[in-house]
This record gives sequence, structure tokens and C-alpha cells, in this order.
Amino acid sequence: MTSDPAFDDLYREVILDHYKNPRGHGVIEGADAEAEGQNPLCGDEVSIYVAFGDDGETIEDVKFSGRGCAISQAATSMLMEMSKGRTAQQVATMDKDELLAEIGVPLTPIRLKCAMLGLTTLKVALHKAKGTPLPEGLAGFDDLDFG
Amino acid sequence: MDMAVTPETTLDARALRRDFPVFEEEIHGKPLAYLDTASSSQKPRQVLDLMRETYEHGYANVHRGVYELAERSTEAYEGARLKVQRLLNAPSAREVVFTRNVTHAMNLVAYAWGLANLGPGDVAVVSELDHHAVYVPWQYIAGRTGATLRVIPVDANGELQLDALDEIASAGRVRVVATNHISNTLGTVNPVERLAEWAHERDAIMIVDAAQSAPHRALDVQALGCDFLGFTSHKMCGPGGAGVLWGREELLAAMEPFETGGEMIRSVRFEGTTWNDLPYKFEAGTPAIVEAVGLGGAIDYLEGIGFDAIQAHEHEVTAYALERLSELPWVKVYGPPLPRRAGIISFNVEGVHPHDVSQILDRHGVAIRAGHHCTQPLMQRLGVAATNRASFYLYTIPEEIDQLVEGLHAVRKVFA
Repeated sequence: MTSDPAFDDLYREVILDHYKNPRGHGVIEGADAEAEGQNPLCGDEVSIYVAFGDDGETIEDVKFSGRGCAISQAATSMLMEMSKGRTAQQVATMDKDELLAEIGVPLTPIRLKCAMLGLTTLKVALHKAKGTPLPEGLAGFDDLDFG
Repeated sequence: MDMAVTPETTLDARALRRDFPVFEEEIHGKPLAYLDTASSSQKPRQVLDLMRETYEHGYANVHRGVYELAERSTEAYEGARLKVQRLLNAPSAREVVFTRNVTHAMNLVAYAWGLANLGPGDVAVVSELDHHAVYVPWQYIAGRTGATLRVIPVDANGELQLDALDEIASAGRVRVVATNHISNTLGTVNPVERLAEWAHERDAIMIVDAAQSAPHRALDVQALGCDFLGFTSHKMCGPGGAGVLWGREELLAAMEPFETGGEMIRSVRFEGTTWNDLPYKFEAGTPAIVEAVGLGGAIDYLEGIGFDAIQAHEHEVTAYALERLSELPWVKVYGPPLPRRAGIISFNVEGVHPHDVSQILDRHGVAIRAGHHCTQPLMQRLGVAATNRASFYLYTIPEEIDQLVEGLHAVRKVFA
């Protein structure tokens, strides 16, 4: 096996844990907001569902379904934990570095797209439901389904 | 029991690797196991040297200058065309059009022939095995012309189900059949001769995407019986940016141009323009001159080794790889059995996404492709988003397969 720390970290325990036991995996029937995103590089797909609290702004529940690599699934799982309890506006303006810090390992440009799939899709869902800003130029993403 | 193959001619892959400077590279401290030739091949010194010499001693624009360098350059460029003609056993060099790649070649036919010849009631036929470079142009041109696109299905092994052809023929007037000779995803060798016969019985044309066959086996367009065939330099030891469309002269002559501009004209007047002769009518603008020369060098290199020897070697390597992968019960291999498979193996590791597999393999020095391989309809058919793909060439050695298998054990360990 390799001794390269950057590599050992990429599949470090917390990422594998989120991949094998994803938080918030599932579907919210009658969700207040939802969107579907695809990564054209590998055909991965994710759907995100949001339910707001009584104030209509706070994310009370958020779930995701779909298929993808360990990085995209773990990052989306982490995102579910990070976004619950925040308002739509707060999540819409969440910097991608906040998620990258949570992932905690350097990613190559191609894997960055894997990691950002969930966040981009969640922001699109919020945009459709609440008119919040879209992610900056749909950063690195060129094939989102706005449908 | 698989068909026994006793190669008449053999090659020494270990010796040939010394022609390829890249194999001196270490990747993450490991020797390079390059198993992604189906994406693009590595380049031998012979081709690189030839291109450098051409730039240093014989480069100018082609077909224009009346001076020594321009003559050398034109001779080298046209010399490459003659090599392609010989490679394909094409009746005439006028039938050899230089393109950028296979995608460009396929679009040339789809636009220049398809727009003029397809309409409502007509049927364009592709297959579930096809690369997007074949699938999408015909899907698009059929849509624009009101023609119907029909798709030849594959069976569970990823082989074309030819008994579906009758039903396809009942959908309308079949005008064009386009498919790959060898599937870039599964390695399936398609019966293009039979498809060409079937197409011609219906007065349809037959187009062959030879991206994965031209680098690996001897081709004869007259024996294949097709009307158009495309291949690309960069998958066969040549540089990127040069590809070929071969087409039957009478068809090319009757076609309108695809791109217009310089070089493709005979005369330009205020009232109108007349087109240049074949093949120049389809070569608008300054071509990739030295890239075409490099392709010619690659053809010389491959013919020097011998296509029979290359094919026999790849067959052996593929047999060994299938055997080694069959030792891993958590690896699922897609595609046909060995006798009908070229040197391409798609597979998945149980519970692990191909992106993760290839990232871990990379750390073991193993380069494979992970993704949908530009064959999303086929992925849909197989019920997967993506696969891993290992592909082989004249320089592949068994040690690289062993390195792959070792890497797959490491993948398994990380995701245990």
C-alpha cells in the first residue's frame, strides 16, 4: 500500500463512514423543494428533497437519493447534516469551502465536481422553491437539470 | 472451451515498450501500467522523431507555396494519404479525407450526406453499442430531417441482436446503417460485413466507426463492403488532431461540402463558388499537416510489427486478463466471450464506484478509464451509471494485468 498521506486521507475513515452509512439518505414525499443533478463525467445522479419548518425558511429536514462515487456520496451526506436547521438563504450562500473543509482532504479538479454535486443540486432546489441565488456560475457544472 | 489461437507471427511486447518513452515513467513510485489505450494510445519515438524532423526540415503550408519547403511538406502530407489508402485497401487516394478525428468524420457524413438524403419515412439505424460520436449525429440529423432513428439492441453479452433487424426494417425505408466495428466499451467485434449486406439489400449506406479496430487489426474496406469508414490517429500510436474518413468515391463526389472555406474551392467568384476535387472538397482550411504525417509514420510503425501479430498478442493478453479477473468473485465483467472480444474489458467492483476504483488503482500505477465511455445508451441497457475499463495494445505485458489485479485487491481492502 502507499504511504502518501494525501491519498490515505482521501479515503479516510470519516469519508468511508459517510459513504457506507449516509446521513439523510432517502426521499421526502411532498417535499417543499427538490431538484435533480447529474455529473456528466460519470453519469452520477443525485436528487435532493427539502422540507421547511413552520417559518417557511428554516430547513427542517433534507434528504438525498441517487448514485455516485464515495466522494460525491460522502460529501452529500455531510451536507445533509450541515444544512439542517439553517435557513434557505444561509444554505444558498454557503461557501463551497465550508463543505470542502468538512471533507478535509485536497481534491483534484475532477473529484471536486464529484464533491460539489450535492451542494449545487441543493442550491438549485432552494432557488426553485425560494428564489435564492444560484451557485456562482453553477461552479464547474454544465449539465444541471433545472426541470 | 474457447477457440485456440496459435499465432503465426508474434511480437515481443517487452522489446517494443522500449520504443515508448512513457514507460520509463514511474507513477506514484510504481511502474506505469497503461491500460487505457482505447481512450488514446501512447506514442513511440519513431513517430515523435518523424514529426520533429518534419517540422525542422520540411515544414510549410501544403498545396500552396511554390518553393522547396512547401513541396516537401505537400509530398509528406500526400504521402500519408497514400499510406492510409494502402492501410485500408481503398481503391483510390481520392477517397481518403483527412479529418480531425472520428467524431469529425461521422459528423461529415451525417451532415453532408444525411441532410440531403433523409426525410420523413426514412430510417437511420445505429446500435446500442455505439459511441456518442455515431449515436448523437444520427439522432440529431434524423430529428432535423423528420427521419426515424432505430437502434439495434444487444443481448446480455453485449452482442448485437441481428434478429431484430426485420422489425427495424418494418419501421420505414432504411437509408443508413452506422455502427462501430468494435465496441469501445465492451470490446464486442460486430459483424459489420453482414450489416453492410443487409443495408445494401435495402439500398441503404453502411458507415463503420473503426476507431477501435483500425489500430489493432488489418482492415480492408472492399472486403468489409461498407460505404464510409472513419478512424483516428491518436488511438494508433499517432498524434491527436488527425483522423480519416474513407468514403466510396461516387458517394463523396455526389455530396455537398460539410465545411466551406479555403482549400476546398476550385474558384470563388462574386456570383458563386465551385468546389475542389476529391478529397480536397472536404478538407476546408489548413489541415493538421504534421499530424497527418505522424499518422503515416504510425501506420509504418504498426505495419512493421504486423497487424496479425498485434491482434494475436492482444488476444493472449485479453485471455490472461479475463482469467485473472475471474479469480475475483467480487468483480463483474461485461461483454462477450473471448473469441468475439477485442482487447477491451469493462468491469465493476461490487459496491465500489468506478471513480473510486480508478483513483485507488492510480496510486498503484495503473491507468484505466472509469465512466460511461461516451456510451450512455449502453450503460442504461446494462443498468449501470459507469464501468471501469481496461484496454490493451501491442505494448501490454502480463505484469500490467497482475498490477491491475493487485490494485483491485487494494480497492477491496479500502472499501471492506
